[in-house]
Amino acid sequence: MVAPCLLILGYAFFERGTWGGVVYTFTLENFERVFDPLYARIFLNSARIAATVTLLAILIAYPAAYAISRAPKSRQAILLFFAVLPFWSNYLIRTYAWIVLLNREGLVNSVLRWGGYEGEPLSMLYSEGAVIVGLVYNYLPFVILAIYSSLSRLDMSLVEASRDLGAGPVRTFLRVTLPLTLPGVAAGGVFVFVLSIGNFVTPALLGGGRFQMIGNLVYDQFLTANDWPFGAALGMILIAIMIVLLTLQARATNRAAGTTREAIR
Amino acid sequence: MTATRRSVSRGWAVRLATAAAMLGLAQGASAADLVISNWDGYMAPDIAETFKAATGLEVEIVNHATNEEIMGKLMASQGKGYDVVFVSSPFAEILNKQGLLAQIDKAAVPNLANLYPEAAALAYDPGTSFAVPYAWGTTGLCYRSDLVDGTPDSWMAMLKPADALKGKITMLATDRWLMGAGLLATGASVNESDPAKIDAAKDLLIEAKKTLLAYDDTTFYSKLVSGEASLVQAWDGWCNYGIAENADIKFVVPSEGSDLWVDTMVVMKNGENTANAMKFLNFVLDAENHAWAAENILYKVPNKAAMESLDPALAQQYPNMGMTPAELTGYELLRDLGDAQKLYSRAVSEIKAAN
Repeated sequence: MVAPCLLILGYAFFERGTWGGVVYTFTLENFERVFDPLYARIFLNSARIAATVTLLAILIAYPAAYAISRAPKSRQAILLFFAVLPFWSNYLIRTYAWIVLLNREGLVNSVLRWGGYEGEPLSMLYSEGAVIVGLVYNYLPFVILAIYSSLSRLDMSLVEASRDLGAGPVRTFLRVTLPLTLPGVAAGGVFVFVLSIGNFVTPALLGGGRFQMIGNLVYDQFLTANDWPFGAALGMILIAIMIVLLTLQARATNRAAGTTREAIR
Repeated sequence: MTATRRSVSRGWAVRLATAAAMLGLAQGASAADLVISNWDGYMAPDIAETFKAATGLEVEIVNHATNEEIMGKLMASQGKGYDVVFVSSPFAEILNKQGLLAQIDKAAVPNLANLYPEAAALAYDPGTSFAVPYAWGTTGLCYRSDLVDGTPDSWMAMLKPADALKGKITMLATDRWLMGAGLLATGASVNESDPAKIDAAKDLLIEAKKTLLAYDDTTFYSKLVSGEASLVQAWDGWCNYGIAENADIKFVVPSEGSDLWVDTMVVMKNGENTANAMKFLNFVLDAENHAWAAENILYKVPNKAAMESLDPALAQQYPNMGMTPAELTGYELLRDLGDAQKLYSRAVSEIKAAN
């Protein structure tokens, strides 16, 4: 686990070999290049897409996880099973399935035509929307699981206490349930964000190569530009973002745990 | 550079797997008499058996998905562990500049005589001293003649398309060909190294992105068959895969010209079996063996004897198979860009990141 990361970290400080590989001359140039407006823009754009994906995934996953956690205990396992089921197929196959659904000659357009729609077929594929849909779809089960595990650990006596003290369902949800399950939301959210920002398969397939994300940039550095050190530097920045987010999430979890203790006291 | 031109039905899965492989695993020593690295499906599937029957030599065949991938491996191992490698000509040039290639032993490869004189005199290696051409062709526009008005005989037909074609065009994703379209359309060379001209081509390509369906160098011909795209930038051989499925598909080289790409066989100097490697080159250059590539992957081969042995019906169904060596060598041979490669990489990043 650690060795490849150290190797990549090492590469990031050296110069590019013209034809792949690394020339062992120390330089900080690779990290300076990361802040070049071109690459900074790709970074910001990836972060924006990843944030949108995260938000959508949480908005969809929370009600789903809530419904599962409120279902009879005997049925929860089977509901979770269905939520995770798509994960037993290959990521690429799931992504290709979206191509089949969204393309101009695809299923969605066929259904529309069958339903009487007579205009030009909708161009849904190869757009930023398609990339976002693909990412949300692929990471949704992780978020459902994370939020579900938070919800299922929720101490119901606190919810009842809130009701007994006169809070309505909305107020109870906003003041008790949601704050106490935030660690699950944060865990799921960080997970989706980190995986989305570094993803390169979905932008390539569903974005038709028209949307460059940071993962594609890293891929290109290693496999077409022969610039391993710059690819390594970009990779290190991604890892740094991940560490920062995971630390924030761990802190949020601790704080929430503290709140629970206080609430119980 | 040539990307996954050969891996027709493959794509990201292979790229991912090979990316993982290239980033760490060293090539182990082999017990075979000959180790060959080629694109998947780029030579007869039974070639190891037929070669063994002819020479008694055991062949181990490994695949690479892209030129860049095999370059990474060869640079890391200084060519050790490989005998014959299939790469596109600019990469053969680089390997030669790095001193990794063995000289072709002309006495051991008498079938070199089968090559067209033009193919034995290509500018990167006149006299085939270090690289033997295996297949060659050009890049152009592949289109649905039933969906496009007239013949799109200019690169501008793709870059500044008629309204009916907007959103129905794909371009190749790989840097040399993507940039090539912009460079040729602005009157520059496909090997341009002038930053101002590269910039101008880049600007044109960013503008063209607005009317583009996708960048695609693996499934463009199936988009054409399904009608999702009406006009795609394509390698001649791959356009043939579309023609095979729909006779309305046609190929044209724009009036501004195009590139000549050549995929070559090279012998690694540090390989352990250079003598066997020469025997293999000779075996491939045999008219019948070389004709396999033309008949089965629908690429032109630079082998006069092989091309003349083909069924004329092939060139009738796939007109670009009938392009003469003189026509082909009239296009601009792709050369190694040297340091200018960085400008291309950056320009392509800018194009792909543009909104």
